[in-house]
Amino acid sequence: MAKLTKHSFRSNTLPALTMVGPVTLWLAFFVAIPLIYVFIMSFCSLDSGYNVVFEFTLANYERLFDPNYVQIYITSILVAFFTTVLCIIIGYPFSFLIARTTSKHKALLYMLVIIPFWTNSLIRIYGWRSFLGANGPLNNFLKEMHLTDTPIQFLFNRGTTVLGMVYCLFPFMVLPLYTAIEKLDKSLLEASSDLGARGFSTFTRVIIPLTMSGIFSGSIMVFIPSLGYFFVADILGGGNSDVIGNLIERQFQSGNNWPLGAALSIILILITLILVKLYQKMGGDMESLGV
Amino acid sequence: MTDKKKVIVEIKGVNKVYGTNHVVKDLDLDIYEGEFLTLLGSSGCGKTTTLRMVAGFEEPTRGSIKVENEDIHNKEPYERDVNTVFQSYALFPHMTIYDNVAYGLKMKKVKRAEIKERVTEMLDLVQLGGFEKRYPSQLSGGQKQRVAIARALINRPKVLLLDEPLGALDLKLRKQMQLELKRLQKKLNITFIYVTHDQEEALTMSDRICIMNEGVLQQVGTPSDIYEAPRTRFVATFIGETNLFDGIVSSKADGRLHISVESGDFYVPDEGFAADEMLAVSVRPERMLYSTEPVDGFNLVGFVKEQIYVGSVLKTVVELANGNEVKIERLAGQELPNGGKVYLYWKDGDAKLIHTFDDVFAEAVEDIVMK
Repeated sequence: MAKLTKHSFRSNTLPALTMVGPVTLWLAFFVAIPLIYVFIMSFCSLDSGYNVVFEFTLANYERLFDPNYVQIYITSILVAFFTTVLCIIIGYPFSFLIARTTSKHKALLYMLVIIPFWTNSLIRIYGWRSFLGANGPLNNFLKEMHLTDTPIQFLFNRGTTVLGMVYCLFPFMVLPLYTAIEKLDKSLLEASSDLGARGFSTFTRVIIPLTMSGIFSGSIMVFIPSLGYFFVADILGGGNSDVIGNLIERQFQSGNNWPLGAALSIILILITLILVKLYQKMGGDMESLGV
Repeated sequence: MTDKKKVIVEIKGVNKVYGTNHVVKDLDLDIYEGEFLTLLGSSGCGKTTTLRMVAGFEEPTRGSIKVENEDIHNKEPYERDVNTVFQSYALFPHMTIYDNVAYGLKMKKVKRAEIKERVTEMLDLVQLGGFEKRYPSQLSGGQKQRVAIARALINRPKVLLLDEPLGALDLKLRKQMQLELKRLQKKLNITFIYVTHDQEEALTMSDRICIMNEGVLQQVGTPSDIYEAPRTRFVATFIGETNLFDGIVSSKADGRLHISVESGDFYVPDEGFAADEMLAVSVRPERMLYSTEPVDGFNLVGFVKEQIYVGSVLKTVVELANGNEVKIERLAGQELPNGGKVYLYWKDGDAKLIHTFDDVFAEAVEDIVMK
């Protein structure tokens, strides 16, 4: 390696530092320091007055294996799983449509996905709650039609939580799928047909394998947030389908047990890292995750 | 000789319209079994659209296409006994070369052992034996092209459609692949319909060439027919170089026509023209002759503008009275002084007479319609 002279520092290192420096500072300040803070916090204890004291303990991590918590992890993973699967099932045909249409309304269709994305999701989730509620439009309509006498309880179960999650995270599935399908070379589909493949064979043998990267990155981008979207589980699930996010939120708020909340957060971060690593192992492209 | 051959593809009255764009106009074309037919024309002339209609990727707006006397109008591409070699190769990037080539046979549910045998045989034929396990991204352009050809040919199609398959290759490789394709075609005796805009490629490879311009078929014939006897002005200028004189038959006697052009007049043998008919006279540069003395029957005078010595050939440019240039090629010999006066002539039969009334008429109609 070349010796670092004053000259080479000025001509090579200094310009590079001015470019990279601000980003490094920004990342350190907003990402690294908070993470380290949470990490340290997860090993701290509480005194009798629920104040955090810097006394090393593994108790927070031991509590993570509490059967009640384990039950919530399972629920959370189930909710995330069904949310992801539903997003793929609804999102794939939709993305295919907007990516492949020659209609001049293509941009409009795309905007239909993006616009809700720009609106606060809390407001949108409350919208669903009032729509599905006992005195909401849906129940009123059913009563008018004499399909039911008493309001039907749509809310507060795992199904409505999944519904809300799908609704919130749908764009995260559509965007990578759209990109992958758009990139698909039309002549490959023609070649497949030319070689004797019917629509279904072309779909399973050419279209799906070539858009798998989009399905993968869409799944990652839906699965991970749905472990943490506590407000959806709160508002639509009503405590009947808590996700890991609810656990964390409760420790920081009502539970006033920051070290435990921090330990839970570390677990959530670990799950995320493992999933992203898996995605990478399967040949996933980090750029399509926005990295 | 072609009369005895069996027609394999019959295109009748085919039109293709996209919105206001009339891409193919009233195309009638019979393609014979086992021939190498080239659709030649500049981009946008409708040649690729014609090919895609035979493949089934586009439907004719009007007209019918028959393969072996069977109308294929309602048949999807996967039901047609034709295969395509795409311009961009369109190899499946996620499959090995073996799987790419085997794709068509798998779709036809051919037995595994037979697939293996046929793929091996086909890859050997295109000199890609041993490449089975590679992926398309690991191959060069020429190799990808061979895979694309193998993938189509393995299905033993009645007709192979090739859409500018050599367009992406460099010149040397293109020349080599031209000969290879021709060899393959002869060996397998499969009908090839080949689309290109490269006239040299068309002349080298084809049994017959079909020249199209702005959606209209101009002429179909063997390469020498097309070169020696162009039927339209477009064909005369599109294929090779030529000297065109637009003129009119001013009189007709003893089987000879007296033709007046802008910069002179001359006599040629009659080829079924009437007096006062408009025509164009095409004389190839290598058939054009000149003399320093007046020539009987010709009154075409010009001055030597330029002489270019290209090895074996001497190219001379002669400027006529109206400023038009005439190109002459002859075996290198004595050069003429620049600016020297020359009398142009040619031998009977070396000039091709082309009816131009249709062109003039079509242009006039187009002008009226446009206005």
